[in-house]
Amino acid sequence: MMHADTAPPGAAAPVFYQTDEEGHHSEGSTMLGFWLYLMSDCLIFATLFATYGVLGRSYAAGPTPKDLFDLPGIAVNTAMLLFSSITYGFAMLEMDRDRIKRTQVWLAITGLFGVAFVALEIREFAHLFHEGAPPWRSAFLSSFYTLVGTHGLHVSMGILWLVVLMVQVRKYGLIVENKRRLMCLSMFWHFLDLIWIGVFTVVYLMGVLE
Amino acid sequence: MSADAHHMAGPVGHGGASAGHGHDPHAQSEGGHGTVQSYMTGFVLSVILTVIPFWLVMGNVLDNSLVTTLVILALGGVQMVVHVVYFLHMSTKSEGGWTFMALIFTITLVVIMLAGSVWVMYHLNHNMMPMDAHDVMNNAR
Repeated sequence: MMHADTAPPGAAAPVFYQTDEEGHHSEGSTMLGFWLYLMSDCLIFATLFATYGVLGRSYAAGPTPKDLFDLPGIAVNTAMLLFSSITYGFAMLEMDRDRIKRTQVWLAITGLFGVAFVALEIREFAHLFHEGAPPWRSAFLSSFYTLVGTHGLHVSMGILWLVVLMVQVRKYGLIVENKRRLMCLSMFWHFLDLIWIGVFTVVYLMGVLE
Repeated sequence: MSADAHHMAGPVGHGGASAGHGHDPHAQSEGGHGTVQSYMTGFVLSVILTVIPFWLVMGNVLDNSLVTTLVILALGGVQMVVHVVYFLHMSTKSEGGWTFMALIFTITLVVIMLAGSVWVMYHLNHNMMPMDAHDVMNNAR
C-alpha cells in the first residue's frame, strides 16, 4: 500500500485497475447475469403457476379442462418445442466449430419449430374462443390464458431475438459478441422448454385427469 | 470469503494478458456447451419422460387419478432436472458455483410460493365456503 503513495515524481501513475479489464470481464459475467435474469423470469412463471393452482378449478359453471383440451394437439406442440431445443443445441455445437453456414441452418430450423409452436398455440386459443371459452368466462380460463399466453409471448420474443441474431451473424460473422449473444439465447430457449414441461404437466395433463 | 476469492481470480489470472485471454473462453465453452452426445442423451431422456405422462393420461393406464397425478408430477420434475443438466449445462461448478447458488435460491422461493399459495388458498376456500342455495334458504327462515 505504502509504495503507491510514495511513488517518486515523474513515475507513471500507479495502476489500481486495468481499464481494458472491464470489457473482458463482462464476457464472463454476462452468463451469470443472464442466468439471474432467467431465475427472476422463473419467479414470474411461479406466480402465474400459483395463480393457476389456486383458480384452476373455479369454472363458474363454465367449460372444464376436460371439455376443452385436445391432448394430441398438445403432444404435437410439446414435440415442436423439444425438437427446437435439440436443433438449437446442434446450432451451438456448429458455432463452437466456427461453421457459420451450418450454424445458420440449425438456427433457421429452430426458428421454424418455434413458429410452428406459436402458430399451433394461436390456433388452439382461436378454437377455445370459438367454443365459448374466452378469458373472461371463468377464473380458470383467466389464469389459463395468462399462464400459457405469457409462455407463448416469451417464445415469440425468442423467435424475434433469433431472427435478429441470424442477421447479426450474417453481417458480422461468428465474432465473440455474437457467440455470447447466441449463448444467452440458448439459455433462454432451453429455459422456455423447461417452463413448458410445467405447463403441459400441470395445466393440460392434470386438467384432463380431474 | 468465497466472494473475495471469486473476485480476485479475475485480475490475478489476467496477469499474463494473452494467457488469461485464451483461458477464459475455454472455461466458458466448458460451462456453456455440451457435446453431441450430451445433447442427444438429454433429448432421448426428454422424449421418454414426455411420452410416458402423455401415455398414462391419454391411455387411462392407471385407474387411480391421484396416483397418476403424482406420477406425472414426479416425471415432470425429473424432466426439468434433465433439461437443466443436459441443455442448460448447469453444474455445481459453473461460474464458480454462483449459478447453482442462484438456482437453489430460486427453487426455494418457488416451492414456498407454490406450496404456500395453494395451501393458504385451499384453507381460505374451505373456511369461507360460499353459501349454496340450501344455506341461503336456511338463513332466510
